[in-house]
Amino acid sequence: MSKRVLAIVAIGTAGLALFLLLFVGLPRWYGRKPRIAPSGTAAAAAAPTAPAPPGRKIKAHLYYVADDGMRLTRVERDVPYGEGAVEQAREIVSAQVAAVVDPLVSAVPAGTTVRALFVTEQGEAFVDLSKEVVSAHPGGTMNELLTVYTIVNAITENLPAVTSVQLLVDGKEVETLAGHVDLRRPLTKNLNYLREEKEEVKTKN
Amino acid sequence: MLSRDGRRPLPLSLVNDQEYVGLDDLASTFQLTVQDSLGAVTVSYKGKTIVLTPDQTLASVAGRLISLPAPPVRQGRRWLVPVEFIARALTPIYDTRLELRKPSRLLIVGDLRVPRITARYDSVGPAGRLTIDATPRANSTVSQDGDRITIKFDADALDIPGALLPPQSPPSLVTAIRAADPVSIIVDVVPRFGGLKAAAQPLENTMRLAIELSPPAQTEPATPPANAPPPTPAELPPAFGQPTTPIRTITIDPGHGGEDGGAKGANGSKEKDLTLSVARRVKAVIEARLGIRVLLTREDDRNVALDDRTALANTNKADLFVSIHANASVRKTVSGASIFVAAFDRDAARSAGVAERVPAFGGGLRDIEMVPWDLAQIRHLDKSSEFATLLEQQFHDHVPLAMHPTEQAPLRVLESANMPAVLIELGYLSNPEQEKVLAGDVFQGAFVQALTDAVVRFRESLQNGTSR
Repeated sequence: MSKRVLAIVAIGTAGLALFLLLFVGLPRWYGRKPRIAPSGTAAAAAAPTAPAPPGRKIKAHLYYVADDGMRLTRVERDVPYGEGAVEQAREIVSAQVAAVVDPLVSAVPAGTTVRALFVTEQGEAFVDLSKEVVSAHPGGTMNELLTVYTIVNAITENLPAVTSVQLLVDGKEVETLAGHVDLRRPLTKNLNYLREEKEEVKTKN
Repeated sequence: MLSRDGRRPLPLSLVNDQEYVGLDDLASTFQLTVQDSLGAVTVSYKGKTIVLTPDQTLASVAGRLISLPAPPVRQGRRWLVPVEFIARALTPIYDTRLELRKPSRLLIVGDLRVPRITARYDSVGPAGRLTIDATPRANSTVSQDGDRITIKFDADALDIPGALLPPQSPPSLVTAIRAADPVSIIVDVVPRFGGLKAAAQPLENTMRLAIELSPPAQTEPATPPANAPPPTPAELPPAFGQPTTPIRTITIDPGHGGEDGGAKGANGSKEKDLTLSVARRVKAVIEARLGIRVLLTREDDRNVALDDRTALANTNKADLFVSIHANASVRKTVSGASIFVAAFDRDAARSAGVAERVPAFGGGLRDIEMVPWDLAQIRHLDKSSEFATLLEQQFHDHVPLAMHPTEQAPLRVLESANMPAVLIELGYLSNPEQEKVLAGDVFQGAFVQALTDAVVRFRESLQNGTSR
């Protein structure tokens, strides 16, 4: 008798647990929107630390040289999801400096990689780039401005928790990349170098 | 305000010693749309916008930052903006040329030839010399009718300061100068004066008309006034000097050098060579024509640290710093010259110019203003922008300009300059066509001339500003 009651209670409890898992837990789990909005503008810094399924992507705005050569154009691309602000910033910058194919043209010299990335509590990001960003830089104030603000805008636009970005090269502070833009201080977002058109180029990743 | 339709007044208000103009007046005159939304005032003209923020001297003009001498202020329902708003914010987005001449309280709309006229009288023994300058250059014809000399200028209107000449007394042969009609002035001379000789001589951007007046007792008959042959220099007494100048020294900085070649041209030329060659020409022309000392931050192909370039200008108390560069773009078709003025973020601007109390010789304390080396340029940004605007005006039609000719950017070499400073990009070496042009005599000659003219106009502006 008591065994039977126990079995019924156990089966009932298991059934209830299964019901809750199937109809309440899983829909919530899968239905939960990532804290990184499709526009890529949500605060990834505040993203929860739930484990992400492998291959998960977010939409982020990356920056490439506009046709006029004097401004940047904003392109929405898929970027791997990163855990927290630092990881997400690293994924965004890695995607930003990666080689691109026509019609995109990057202001970041080919071969540049991200060596390290830190974010302070004050929201300053320090991005350490490989030496190619200097050695392969073609020079010119305009090119240099576009290189610098490609990285600065890619981080500050996609991660509002980051307010300024200081570029380092090969682990060290540098005065400039090519003799013009002052890199001794963190730089804030600058949309002056963004082409004014509203339309955005969408490309496949 | 002066336009093809004639003259009309534009009301000004004085707030804290700053001249302001009503945005509503500007809106009705220039067909602007003004929107006052939360925390910002947006002024639009044909799809281009100016965004003003109350209590802020920085404004965004079609996406570019400009600085105003004072923030916009609200008076009742009206917004007032400093008159410089016209030159710095409205001019870049307006499709007709606007020229604000603050000392003359004149706003010129459209391509009108409105030379500024100044006059000076010098006694030369019993004779006299009347010097009349028209800037920019305007030819004139001189005619005499008894005691009256009429000078008619080839112009649309004249910009004449309140009094062309202070009240004159004997032995001056000139009794008064007055405006006759929109393009003529009349010089009243003493009765039965001996005659005159007039000669025009171009002087940089100015046409100088020298009228030699003979005293009444002279028996020599009057020579025909107009189109008289220019006197040989020997005939002119040596009293003709350049006016005192607020610009005595200019530092020209040929970009890059030594191991740092700068941008590489599509056909292999190097930025460092081009900038040095152009800087040398600039030095030769400015020193010869304007008598201004020009210091080069490098005289040959060598490495010079960015701080050392500005240090040379600062320690020599240069009045102007011009860094010369050549640009490059990953897009090979981009071309045209650009002028850069330094940009600072808000935190940096706030930390500049902090007064500190330090012990003084002989005891006690005194306040001194501490200007961090890196932020020395902040206090000169207004003048730097003014010079950049003058450069852009002089480049028009002479030096091909880029799509965004004047920009603000955090450029390292400008930040420590303790004087008005700009960085000029001559053009794009990455563009094969432009690379050839930049190396040529025609381009370099035109560039040097335009830069020299801009220096002359800047000097005039400084003179007018300080003499007020």
